[in-house]
Amino acid sequence: MNNPAVSESFAARTATVVSPALDLTQQPTLRGAEILIRSLIENGVDTVFGLPGGAVLHIYDEIWRYRDQINHYLVRHEQGAVHAAEGYARASGKVGVALVTSGPGATNAVTGIATAYMDSVPLVVITGQVPTGVIGTDAFQEVNTFGITMPIVKHNYLVRDVRDLAAVVNEAFYIAKSGKPGPVVIDIPKDVSAQMCTYTEFEQTSFSFQKPERPIDSDAINCAVEKILQAKSPIFYVGGGIVTADASKELLRFVERLQLPVTPTLMGIGGFPTTHPLSLGMLGMHGTFAANMSVSESDLLIAIGVRFDDRVTGKLATFAPQAEIIHIDIDPSNIGKNKKPHFSLVADAKNALRAMAENLESRETKEIESSKALRADWWKQIEEWQKAAPLSCEYSESEIKPQMVIEELYQVTKGEAIIVTDVGQHQMWAAQFYPFKRSRQWLTSGGLGTMGFGLPAAIGAQLACPNKRVVAVVGDGGFQMTNQEIITAIQYRIPLKVLIMNNGCLGMVRQWQEMFYDRAYSEVDLSISPDFVKLAEAYGAKGLRAQKPSELTAVLEEGLNNDDVVIMDIVVTKEENVFPIIPAGQDTRNMILK
Amino acid sequence: MRHTISILVANQAGELSRIVGLFSGRGYNIDTISVGKTLDPKLSRATIVTIGNETTVEQIVKQCSQLTRVREVRVVAAPHIEREMALIDVNAKSGVERQEILNLVGIFRAKVVDMSHDKIVLEASGNSDKVDTFIELLKPFGVNDVTRTGCVAINRLSPFEKIEDDTEEFLTKSL
Repeated sequence: MNNPAVSESFAARTATVVSPALDLTQQPTLRGAEILIRSLIENGVDTVFGLPGGAVLHIYDEIWRYRDQINHYLVRHEQGAVHAAEGYARASGKVGVALVTSGPGATNAVTGIATAYMDSVPLVVITGQVPTGVIGTDAFQEVNTFGITMPIVKHNYLVRDVRDLAAVVNEAFYIAKSGKPGPVVIDIPKDVSAQMCTYTEFEQTSFSFQKPERPIDSDAINCAVEKILQAKSPIFYVGGGIVTADASKELLRFVERLQLPVTPTLMGIGGFPTTHPLSLGMLGMHGTFAANMSVSESDLLIAIGVRFDDRVTGKLATFAPQAEIIHIDIDPSNIGKNKKPHFSLVADAKNALRAMAENLESRETKEIESSKALRADWWKQIEEWQKAAPLSCEYSESEIKPQMVIEELYQVTKGEAIIVTDVGQHQMWAAQFYPFKRSRQWLTSGGLGTMGFGLPAAIGAQLACPNKRVVAVVGDGGFQMTNQEIITAIQYRIPLKVLIMNNGCLGMVRQWQEMFYDRAYSEVDLSISPDFVKLAEAYGAKGLRAQKPSELTAVLEEGLNNDDVVIMDIVVTKEENVFPIIPAGQDTRNMILK
Repeated sequence: MRHTISILVANQAGELSRIVGLFSGRGYNIDTISVGKTLDPKLSRATIVTIGNETTVEQIVKQCSQLTRVREVRVVAAPHIEREMALIDVNAKSGVERQEILNLVGIFRAKVVDMSHDKIVLEASGNSDKVDTFIELLKPFGVNDVTRTGCVAINRLSPFEKIEDDTEEFLTKSL
């Protein structure tokens, strides 16, 4: 405890705040670690999530020296660092940065990297590595990070020479955010971060095949618009590409002019306002009856920034069976991967939609009006579907229904909060019952379906958007996977709000066991769980609980209208199911509504 | 369907593994693969022979071209030359056997590269079928070992006709 040597050196270091200024006139000789930090700063980074270890000691030494320019947030587990960086990236559109050590540090980061890969989130993850001289010898804390992460990154590097470092970092940021974004891993051996090298700002990589942006083909656009104008029952199926490309305005402009129905995927939520009269709500496995029926009966499906994921299409052969398909996506490999379109365009969603809107505006009003008239019956039909089976829940006096929690959350936050979720039933209810107004208001792990994503991602999102209310909506299962990060929020006074939809079980698995496995509830019971209120208090956070519907509003208001770290344990009905549901691999006709 | 895919990729550590990993990860099949430097020492060419239908090949081309260090992916569809090489260790115990083997060597334009009292090592090259046939014909003598390279391919010069192949045109454009 009382070790004067340690405390003196600590005091000495605290006294010397070095933080060297960036001098652009000279080419200084710096060590690798400092080159890394300066390159990060040059790429606009001011926020890093991480956890130190042996292989990144030099880098952390520079994190310390540059602490007035780089805000480093110390997480308690590396998975939390990557999820927080993802939350930051998803909420802001900027590149998120995580820094972890070699071996277990890197393997703990893998879940987060894969989550970002599946949802096309721009990340740069820096991992330490054992010194180059001992790579391949099974050295302490050595794993082949380059090999392990290869299938779950957009690109990765093992930097063997400090002279490559600056160029690698610059290229990594370019790759992470260009085209279809994704995670990039930079593996840096310890000796490389220690070596000295001349540092030149914004060094270009000597070897990069930057694929040039293709101009929008105006003939293709014209052809697409013609098809849409003539369609009797068209529908827009839009996904994460709208959010990533920031194409909401362009989409709105186009569909409003022609009064076309729109259905977003789980990842596309917010890309088109749920409250808009043209929105039919989400489609797919837990999508609305109206959205799924409209896709099934459509004669033209305009798919933008989507990849025909199995959770959307169900059985591929019977997905949109009568429709001609127009597919617009930035990733050529998405086109024809699952469903062959009749007409496709490789383009950024924003550019494509802008060109489509401009094409439309150059046309005569008469043409637009006669096109709209074609769809009078279609809208009548859609309204019938909407009336036939709207999203609903049975209210109860004795038990809190999970759907009510989301509706109440919407009221208390006035529909303005950024909602970050985990994965499972609560995620689907949040997607269904919280009407979203704008892009990046809804952050969720869609592709990989990572439980434990919500809480740390909410920390990152809150740091990216300090003036907005951020709420992590999680289940009692996922919460227990990453709840160690509550202390990160406490440490940095981040107003983390966690709403636990506590049904005492792994709800979505339980629902499938109920529906498809004769109620054999195999290993889904979580009724033996910690007292979440006491757990919150142990962390120094505020813990609140609601068990009856009458307590719900008060708890949400007390929990959300302040800047404390608050864990709200909302005890909800255990055996409640998410409806509608189209069982996996089946088609819309097999949709179960209740 | 058998397809020959030609990939131009940065000559850097790990890049081949990235391509091979993409094939295994997405369930594509690699029949043969051969890699070597090109005229530009910064670039390697990997020639991969794969079995798959049109859709699979289209996906392979698109997925491979998404890799950061891949410059060009081409399905070799125009008239082209393919070559594979094999080194074959075959028994030749008697003078008669040796004479018969040398006959075959002559017919297949192969080469004797090593010899002992009872064995011969032969070098054969040609398209896959030719090499297969040659090995098949040697089997009665007792083939001890075979080492084969993958397939390499290059377009024919075709000085008199313009190459017009829709498939190739489409695939190159879609990158």
